[in-house]
Amino acid sequence: MIGVENIIFLIVATIGIGLFVWQIRNIRKNVLMGRDLDVTDNPSERVKKTLLVAFGQQKMFKRMLPAVLHLFVYVGFLVINVEVIEILIDGITGSHRVLGFLGPVYTALMFINEILAALVIVSCAIFLWRRNVTKVPRLSSGVELRAWPKVDANTILVTEIVLMLALFVFNIAGLKLVQLQGGEVAGSYPISSAFVNIFGDNPTTLHIIERVGWWFHIIGILAFMNYLPSSKHFHIIMAFPNVYYSKLLPKGKFTTNPAITHEIKAMLDPSYQPPAPEMDAEGNPVIQRFGAKDVEDLTWKQLMDSYTCTECGRCTSVCPANITGKLLSPRKIVMDTRDRMEEKGVHPAIFAPNHYKELGEERVEVTDEKTLLRGYITPEELWACTTCNACVESCPVNIDQLSTIMDLRRFLVLEESAAPAALNSMFTNIENNGAPWAFSPSDRFNWAEDLYVPSKN
Amino acid sequence: MEENKRLVKVPTMAEMAANGEEPEVLFWVGCAGSFDDRYKRVTRAFVQILEHVGVKYAVLGTEESCTGEPAKRAGNEFLFQMQAITNIEVMNAYNVKKIVTACPHCFNTLKNEYPDLGGNYEVIHHSTFLQQLINEGKVHVKGGEAFQGKRITYHDSCYLGRANDIYEAPREVLAALDADLVEMKRVRANGLCCGAGGAQMFKDAEPGKKEINIERTEEALATLGGGNSVIATACPFCMVMMSDGVKNKEQEENVKVFDIAELIAQAEGLSK
Repeated sequence: MIGVENIIFLIVATIGIGLFVWQIRNIRKNVLMGRDLDVTDNPSERVKKTLLVAFGQQKMFKRMLPAVLHLFVYVGFLVINVEVIEILIDGITGSHRVLGFLGPVYTALMFINEILAALVIVSCAIFLWRRNVTKVPRLSSGVELRAWPKVDANTILVTEIVLMLALFVFNIAGLKLVQLQGGEVAGSYPISSAFVNIFGDNPTTLHIIERVGWWFHIIGILAFMNYLPSSKHFHIIMAFPNVYYSKLLPKGKFTTNPAITHEIKAMLDPSYQPPAPEMDAEGNPVIQRFGAKDVEDLTWKQLMDSYTCTECGRCTSVCPANITGKLLSPRKIVMDTRDRMEEKGVHPAIFAPNHYKELGEERVEVTDEKTLLRGYITPEELWACTTCNACVESCPVNIDQLSTIMDLRRFLVLEESAAPAALNSMFTNIENNGAPWAFSPSDRFNWAEDLYVPSKN
Repeated sequence: MEENKRLVKVPTMAEMAANGEEPEVLFWVGCAGSFDDRYKRVTRAFVQILEHVGVKYAVLGTEESCTGEPAKRAGNEFLFQMQAITNIEVMNAYNVKKIVTACPHCFNTLKNEYPDLGGNYEVIHHSTFLQQLINEGKVHVKGGEAFQGKRITYHDSCYLGRANDIYEAPREVLAALDADLVEMKRVRANGLCCGAGGAQMFKDAEPGKKEINIERTEEALATLGGGNSVIATACPFCMVMMSDGVKNKEQEENVKVFDIAELIAQAEGLSK
């Protein structure tokens, strides 16, 4: 049964999948530009988190309407993929509805598929409405939402609708064909049945329509897959590893730099022997920057965060600094990291659209420096952060925006001594008085004077 | 009450060590608790509770120094570690095992960030400590000011809440007052920061259209609906920011900002 069509399909699928693998390798290379980080501890806790947050969409449910609509699209994506597997097998072997042998299970599956496909279309239409008509603020405003992110979001939604429609076209034409031939239909198609006559009853036309629907759907999926790495939609893959490797420690625990600990211990105790520094391939000691100036100073997890970002803007919408009109937007920090990483590393996609159109607002005064700091993210943004962790808490895919902000701050202070003057005074006060204010340490215990309690009788 | 009160002599670790004693718990006062006039009242209220209950506690007194927390949040890891290592030396020399503090920033740093540098202690925030005292029946919340029916809203501290998942302890403490506890729209994990964390306390805000504490105070005031009511905090920075916000809105006659320890001390009849 293998004919020309199957061979063409095989070639198309190989190219599509091959290109995708090539892109993933580039992305891996980019992410590995980052510093090493050991997050292999506690696998059971990590699996649990992945099941809850990634598979279970736990954090989405902080906002009910988008959560339910997104759930339709997400479950639709998972379940309809079963039919995609069938399409692949049919395409390669020339079979027709090869999973039909599953009987009632297949019937139920196809039934659910059609319902889900319809829900996906409805959900995506509502999403388009929210973005373009009601203009939900987090989805339509913000300096980081340049031309590309907006086009990207709409492209995804339209594509999903078109793919689902192609699935219906394929199902309707196939259904009618089987009916005309008087055969038994494998599966149950509640929606396609309702529209079964819309393409007429000419078997040749129907066959062509069915084939076009099939090809459109499968090529659409292969193209969509290769579009992912250039898109916020990449989260459908990255969300899972990103949640798995997310921070298990209390959110308030910031990283400790052991290099600094050794330095201080050596200062306090001249006999202290710090461990030998790490050597590079040529035997020179590796000197790491304190904090982060550019993407290679961040950890691979922080870089992976930026590939996972779905640009939903929940972080920015809960950021106290952003709410009160400051320049800081946690989403911009993450999106800038991705853009800079792809500028510095390899661009995974066929084209590099991230810089399409400059930032919309004049206030972000980036410089020409080819670094994440200042070239993309300005000190003004960083100094607006209250480290309140609202962004981290809100992120449905467990991105740690705050850790990146902190590492950039550390570079400003430790390598450039570029803290705002008021903070430098605070540092001086701590050094001299052991308190962030200019009080004498000898007055520290004065609060205890003239303190009375009722005596017990 | 005049005739029935006694002067408190707050014990220090040094005195205890000199007597060969060890306290049950070290009360880490913190810089705000030591120097800020408003927060000193919280420190005193908490000590009154400790004295009243008869907990064997001590403070470091003049041996205490900044945990380094504001330096760390501002990016000055070097200064933070200097402070931390010095403080750890002091505390380890006294064989400190358990610490209670009324400052969520000190709490978070001592609990989460000191262990990496050799300081391993059981650290609890005063909200949890007070909750335990209430649950154990050591504090009865009787004999002082009555809070029945008074409107109180609790403002979540970021470093207690999101940073350490402590949302219920301060609320349970307030629940003991039998007051009319009302919640703001943004609470618990979704709580809005007062604007002072991340070393913002020590600098002017970056350019914007509003101060964060005003945004939060407006929310609190709208929730309380005016009248004789209270914004309860459990953090010295939140205390400053919310008090300033209430002043800015010219509501200081109607709406008072109190730390949960002050409310308990008042309800127990410990403060004048």
